[in-house]
Amino acid sequence: MTATAIAVSGLVKKFGPTRALDGLDLTVNTGEVHGFLGPNGAGKTTTIRILLGLLRADAGEARLLGGDPWADATELHRRLAYVPGDVTLWPSLSGGEVIDLLGRLRGGLDPKRRAELLERFDLDPRKKARTYSKGNRQKVALIAALASDVELLLLDEPTAGLDPLMEAGFREVISEELDNGRTVLLSSHILAEVEALCERVSIIRAGRMVESGTLAELRHLTRTSISAELAAPPNGLAELAGVHNLQIDGTRVHLQVDSEKLDGVLRRLVAVGVRTLTSQPPTLEELFLRHYQAEQPAGGDGQRQQEVSR
Amino acid sequence: MTSLAGTRGLIRLILRRDRFLLPLWVLVLALLPIQTAVGIDQFYSTPAALRELYGTITSTPGLLAMLGPVFGATLGAITAWRAGLVLTVVGLASMLSVIRHTRTDEEAGRRELLGSTVVGRNAPLAAALLVTLAADLVLGALLAAGMVGLGLPGTGSVAYGLSVVAAGWMFAAVGAVAAQLTEGAGAARGIGLGTLGVAYMLRAAGDTGGSDSGVGWLSWLSPIGWAQQTRAYADERWWVFALPVALVVVLVSAAFALLARRDVGAGVMAPRLGPATAAPGLRSPVALAWRLQRTALLAWTAGLALMGALIGSVADSVKNMANESSQLKDVLERLGGEKVLSDAYISGAMVIFALAAAGYAIQATLRLRSEEEGQRAEPVLATSVGRVQWAFSHLLFGLLGPAVALLAAGLAEGLVYGLVVGDVGGELPRVAAGALVQVPAVLVLSGLAMALFGLLPRLAPVSWAALAASAFLVLIGPLLRLSHWLLDLAPFSHIPKVPGADVSAVPLAWLLGIAAVLAVAGLAGFRRRDIVSTA
Repeated sequence: MTATAIAVSGLVKKFGPTRALDGLDLTVNTGEVHGFLGPNGAGKTTTIRILLGLLRADAGEARLLGGDPWADATELHRRLAYVPGDVTLWPSLSGGEVIDLLGRLRGGLDPKRRAELLERFDLDPRKKARTYSKGNRQKVALIAALASDVELLLLDEPTAGLDPLMEAGFREVISEELDNGRTVLLSSHILAEVEALCERVSIIRAGRMVESGTLAELRHLTRTSISAELAAPPNGLAELAGVHNLQIDGTRVHLQVDSEKLDGVLRRLVAVGVRTLTSQPPTLEELFLRHYQAEQPAGGDGQRQQEVSR
Repeated sequence: MTSLAGTRGLIRLILRRDRFLLPLWVLVLALLPIQTAVGIDQFYSTPAALRELYGTITSTPGLLAMLGPVFGATLGAITAWRAGLVLTVVGLASMLSVIRHTRTDEEAGRRELLGSTVVGRNAPLAAALLVTLAADLVLGALLAAGMVGLGLPGTGSVAYGLSVVAAGWMFAAVGAVAAQLTEGAGAARGIGLGTLGVAYMLRAAGDTGGSDSGVGWLSWLSPIGWAQQTRAYADERWWVFALPVALVVVLVSAAFALLARRDVGAGVMAPRLGPATAAPGLRSPVALAWRLQRTALLAWTAGLALMGALIGSVADSVKNMANESSQLKDVLERLGGEKVLSDAYISGAMVIFALAAAGYAIQATLRLRSEEEGQRAEPVLATSVGRVQWAFSHLLFGLLGPAVALLAAGLAEGLVYGLVVGDVGGELPRVAAGALVQVPAVLVLSGLAMALFGLLPRLAPVSWAALAASAFLVLIGPLLRLSHWLLDLAPFSHIPKVPGADVSAVPLAWLLGIAAVLAVAGLAGFRRRDIVSTA
């Protein structure tokens, strides 16, 4: 087993004139749940489809479980399971048949685990696939993937159609997978889910990686809001590095500060004399929204663009 | 009536959604017969030439089976005959149009969204029917006007236009009923297509032996037969129009009655539960393909076998036609006796079987495309199934399926014909061989479909155009006296006319070779390309 389950560098994929992936880098370590985030159309699904050997990259390198996802597709697929974001099934087959078929094509499935998952996700396997709702189709693909004995799970927005109860169940199951030493790449829009499950996340936008790291690291990169009432009107706050949206109204101050520059700002405030102080830690939402909404980089790499806008 | 509230708005919605599709099929179907009339007028400009053509048609059972009876030696009557398939196609288009705007919407959940607005229970079906029936009427009017414009008699042109309208209306009504029966639009289309297929086959079987074959009554069991029996341009029989009108009234009332008894989203036939676990055999791509393709394979095999049995039962009576013409008899005796006529009839029918089998071959092969576009290829290809392995699982049905269906047709035809003439042991192998020699030509079309799927997936439907062109060349080409090299483009032109002619292996080997090269090229192309997704 290699230490990196997925290693992607400089990946480019063009669909006609549009560049769906534009030099993407992505590293997923073995044994972690890696959150894969980005706005719609950022290239998450395209990346996963390249990792599955369904699409051929135009440039760049991709390694999956130590192999080439295009050339070694069938061997690699024995060791992974995939749940697409929009599950379509054969309308005339029952859910149970689809679960068994996909499991067998992958190289076998644990009947005990299958029964347990059917119970947990509350799915009737006798219904024909045409009568399943979106959520139930999603469950069929999830159970087929989770009941297989594989090293890597590629999950593309797997909970998009699940109700909150099932979503909680999904989180539980994935935590267990982690204990079993499996690696999971989880593409998701549900931040609570990402926060609960993922040690590390990668955020992509317009086909490029814009941020990657542990959640703690990412939090650190974001801003804290501070409102304070001071003993006297402050001065020199605007010159401090890392201060944004500064509003001074007499002795009242509102500002946002990059988390790593918090120390300097507090020292300055204390020097003036603090009467009241409220500080709001950055939420994950703010973090993601900032990345999702950021301007398209005019040129150069996105990472630097990020530095500049800070 | 509140149950019809909102119908007007829905009609506008359908017209908006189908603003290209609807005018397209109406125009194409209107232009085809007009174009045909112009063509026939060019090649057969004198009454004598038309009479000669009339003679050829009436003595060629394959043509009668394919297109229907011809009722006169005039330009109008022969045009109406030649464009006979328009009746089937307008039926198909009308049926699909109704299902598309009823059951398909309902299955997709769009009907529910509409149902929550001010739309009456019957409005969607009423709107779909009104639009489709009106489109058929426009088509009929265009046809009649076009024919009159070409100088054909007015009465005949009106009857002709109305016969096309009748065919469209009857199958629109069939579609309306089918849409009430099942939960899935696919299954509803299946019921509709099956009905259309049976109607076509009954008519084909009834018409194949000419007017005095003894099975002519079969045509009268078929709605398509009714449309033809109105005899446009040949002493129109107006009373026959009572039959389509009655059928439409009955079916449309039935559809609304069924609609009133069921829930939105549900079908009259309740969906059955499936097994909770897969059978032990469902563990390979071929097993999945068999699950998905078996119904079509069995239906085509049964359909072709039925056609074979019908042709076999009338083949012997074809020689009676020769008795009416002493000149024909002389020619026949020089060629080897009356049996030649039956043999020619049987081998002529084989061409029709081969074209039908090729339609099935393309359908089975292009299942690959619909699986890919429907994103059902992706989950399979994400397992340890290789691309070639997956593609081959469906291609297998495109290659072996038509052979099985043709063999069934040949065996059924040989058996029945053998029983009629009292020589099963002698006739069964001869007739079955006649069916089997068609296989290489059919496989060329499977190969073409595979090549397009692998190399130019967007153009995969061109396979159907190739089949249409082949059918045109092999059936109509000789009548239009097209040049030989043009006729040779159709793979079916190279098949020996068995029973009767000697079999030479060379053209068959060539066809098999071409089919193999095309299929392998398709598989190789598919290994290299991206899997399409709509996401």
